[in-house]
Amino acid sequence: MEHIIPMEYYLVVSSIMFFAGIYGFITRKNLIAVLISVELVLTSTDINFAVFNRFLFPQHLEGMFFTLFSIGVSAAETAVAIAIIINIYRNIKSTEVRNLKNLKD
Amino acid sequence: MQDAILLKFVFYFLAAVIAVFSVMAVTTRRILRAATYLLFVLFATAGLYFFLNYSFLGAVQLMVYAGGVIILYIFSILLTSTDKESKSPMFSLRRWLALLASIGGICLVSFLLLTNVWPTVYEPSTAEVPMKLIGKTLMGTEKGQFLLPFEVMSVLLLACMVGGILIARKRG
Repeated sequence: MEHIIPMEYYLVVSSIMFFAGIYGFITRKNLIAVLISVELVLTSTDINFAVFNRFLFPQHLEGMFFTLFSIGVSAAETAVAIAIIINIYRNIKSTEVRNLKNLKD
Repeated sequence: MQDAILLKFVFYFLAAVIAVFSVMAVTTRRILRAATYLLFVLFATAGLYFFLNYSFLGAVQLMVYAGGVIILYIFSILLTSTDKESKSPMFSLRRWLALLASIGGICLVSFLLLTNVWPTVYEPSTAEVPMKLIGKTLMGTEKGQFLLPFEVMSVLLLACMVGGILIARKRG
């Protein structure tokens, strides 16, 4: 069976998502917004894994499982990062990046 | 023929949703809206997995992200109640530099992607991966099977659960 959409189209979409994440990571002032940008970057790489697996190595399953594990790792990363952010908020009453001079008060 | 047109339309719709909402998620001023736009992007990503016939992956994406991660985001945003991002100048130097870097990166990567010659695949397949095969691959110990990463992942999730509780608990 042939593919209807060429592979490059998927990759262009995921690179748009990746660089939107980079832009947000640089310009955002709020810690949670920075985390949202990181999430965009991670998800765009997941799309790439799945697309490469489907288009270049359709007889294998490695890309699909890497995506699966990557989703798990990013969920774990989000949970710990949000715990840290809540702790920071409890200490300095703010989650703005510029107020974070030191982690310990 | 009808099907091909319909599928093309679905793909372009998903691509447009991803592009528009990922840009909006990093440019909107309200953080709760950013989380909502992220949710739309993740839904469209799950749609792309379904479109590639990786239904299991799409289901996992929907459950883990829409069910878990986004709820975490919403709760943490409401707990820290920072719906007022500090007023920074709309066009500071850093913003321009970041915009330049992102657009330059998109142009470079798209150029490389569209001019690269990919290896030929002799048997392209769009078939659904059978669930039995997924289960065997996830739970096997032979070459190309993933029991060890699966167990490592479970230890990682346990560690992050304990770490999350330890970090975020109230010290009394």
